[in-house]
Amino acid sequence: MPVITPFEAIGTALTEEMRRDPRVLIFGEGVATKRHDLLDEFGPARVRNTPLAEGIIAGTAVGAAATGLRPVIDLLFAPFLCYAMDQLVNSAGKLRFISGGQFAFPMVTLAMTGGGWGVGAQHNHNNEAWFVHSPGLKVVMPSSAADFKSLLKAAIRDNNPVLFFIDLGLLYQAGEVPEGEHLLPLGKASVLRTGSDVTLVSYGKTVHACLAAAQQLAEAAISAEVIDLRSLKPLDEEAIMASVHKTGRLVVAHEAAKMAGVGAEIAAQVAERAFADLRAPIIRLGGPDAPAAASHPLEQAYAPSAEAICAAARSICA
Amino acid sequence: MNPGWQAIDETPLFERMLLVRSYEEALVAGHVAGTVPGTCTSVGQEAAGVGVVSALGGDDLILTNHRSAAHLLARGADPDRLLAEVMGRSGGYCRGKSGSLHISVRELGVVLTSTIVGGELSLATGVALSQKMLGRPGIVTCFFGDGAACEGVFHESLNLAAVWELPILYVCENNQWQAFVHRRETMRSEHIADRAAPYGIDSATVDGNDVVAVQRAASEAAERVRGSSRPFLLETWTYRSRGHFEPDDQAYVDPAEHAAWLTRDPIEISRQRLIGGGRLTSEDAAALATRARQRIASAMAFAEASPFPSLDELTTDVYA
Repeated sequence: MPVITPFEAIGTALTEEMRRDPRVLIFGEGVATKRHDLLDEFGPARVRNTPLAEGIIAGTAVGAAATGLRPVIDLLFAPFLCYAMDQLVNSAGKLRFISGGQFAFPMVTLAMTGGGWGVGAQHNHNNEAWFVHSPGLKVVMPSSAADFKSLLKAAIRDNNPVLFFIDLGLLYQAGEVPEGEHLLPLGKASVLRTGSDVTLVSYGKTVHACLAAAQQLAEAAISAEVIDLRSLKPLDEEAIMASVHKTGRLVVAHEAAKMAGVGAEIAAQVAERAFADLRAPIIRLGGPDAPAAASHPLEQAYAPSAEAICAAARSICA
Repeated sequence: MNPGWQAIDETPLFERMLLVRSYEEALVAGHVAGTVPGTCTSVGQEAAGVGVVSALGGDDLILTNHRSAAHLLARGADPDRLLAEVMGRSGGYCRGKSGSLHISVRELGVVLTSTIVGGELSLATGVALSQKMLGRPGIVTCFFGDGAACEGVFHESLNLAAVWELPILYVCENNQWQAFVHRRETMRSEHIADRAAPYGIDSATVDGNDVVAVQRAASEAAERVRGSSRPFLLETWTYRSRGHFEPDDQAYVDPAEHAAWLTRDPIEISRQRLIGGGRLTSEDAAALATRARQRIASAMAFAEASPFPSLDELTTDVYA
């Protein structure tokens, strides 16, 4: 099996989907410059550079998606999505409903975020929960090179607008990626490690902190189950409930701010639906209510560490 | 100049403007009576909308906004289903989920109507990209106002359409008002058309209250877009004679300016020309007005009889 980086896995997924379906095209900031292999194979009509203008990039994708194309757009960094909020939230997310189902919006928006590059708060802001809160959108955030490919292929084939968040810290971490037709359904979580004492739920880069924490917990004779959500919307509620039913303990960890983050939703759902299964309070770990700093130690301290996740799990497994 | 323009048959345009006026008068009256929700009317702008839409071909696509009555009715939308939509009924074009503000009618090529000011400008480039890449014949007409031309995305849209050579007829209905603010307070220039040239886009301005002039200018502009596959900006110079929204006391309006524009009512200009030219008698014109009112009365009856959507519809059509 080839070992490639998520950056390459994204390129592979795009290549395969553009070969499969002539309606798929990609445009955005520097797309034709950075992905010249796509440009060489598919030409300038389907691989387009754009002005640095996120609103019109996203709006163009929405209009094209509704009328027969299947665009993928690259808006570079997640904070830049603020310039595209109207098009993504008010148009892509609402015009199907508003029109009584006259339109569908098969489009994918790529955006990078997270610590690792020291780019500071206007390039690093895990704002994925904003889109989870907005109707009509799907939200994906992979944790491994293989999932980047499989989830992106599925996102491109989905008939809804999908926000595809790319954790910066993972972008060049190579992993085994299957060749050819491997798709993961949006809305299905993955149990990366089975366990019986505590459930660790996460997504993106923090999945790896959870796996490291689970290893440490095992050394302390605590059996941790690790769930990678893969999709934040649809959210695989059943996978979470099934695991909590088994373990009775839940730690949710993500780099995004804890306040009103995805972990808050998960904790609330478990409290509503599985309170009787709980043997200890739910613990959420997330970033502080502060912008992300560029300085390396501060940036790294923003996201939950394996040690913090381990300590949280131990505190409820005593 | 299009040599055929002299042959434009104004009577159907006049009739269509009467239908638009009757429709919006019914909305206003219904609002006063408490039977129709508040709406954004285009009273005074009928010629601008009807003139442009009547110049388009059946393959052409239209993006419009919250002041859409003239565009929809000129395109042939059924007043029954429009009124049902405004009143939130299941017989409406969007099954009551739009209301008046963002009515799309895909079967007529009126797509992705947005009430976010400037929203239509951000979507038109994508619709035109589909037309171009999929080799479809129709051009894209995007209606917006002078208010939208003050949004940043107006500039983004024109720039990208020029760079990508997209077949878009931008139509700015300069109705002098940006919600509750006169454009004099928000712009240093009078005309939006002046903003096209820096993007490499040709433009024209036309008297938006003269339906024949608008149709002629729109035909020429549409042919330029069709022939070049490049955008063009047409500005229709007109006036919103009612408020931003119903109800609106218009206390902020300069009475002299308002009165001056009322002497240039587009329907009255058309009526006088048709009668003066011997093409209609005043009795004919009155009969057409009566017929338009009757058509809308019948539509109102349809809308009032149309059921509200079932509560299941609260969560349908969210995801494909």
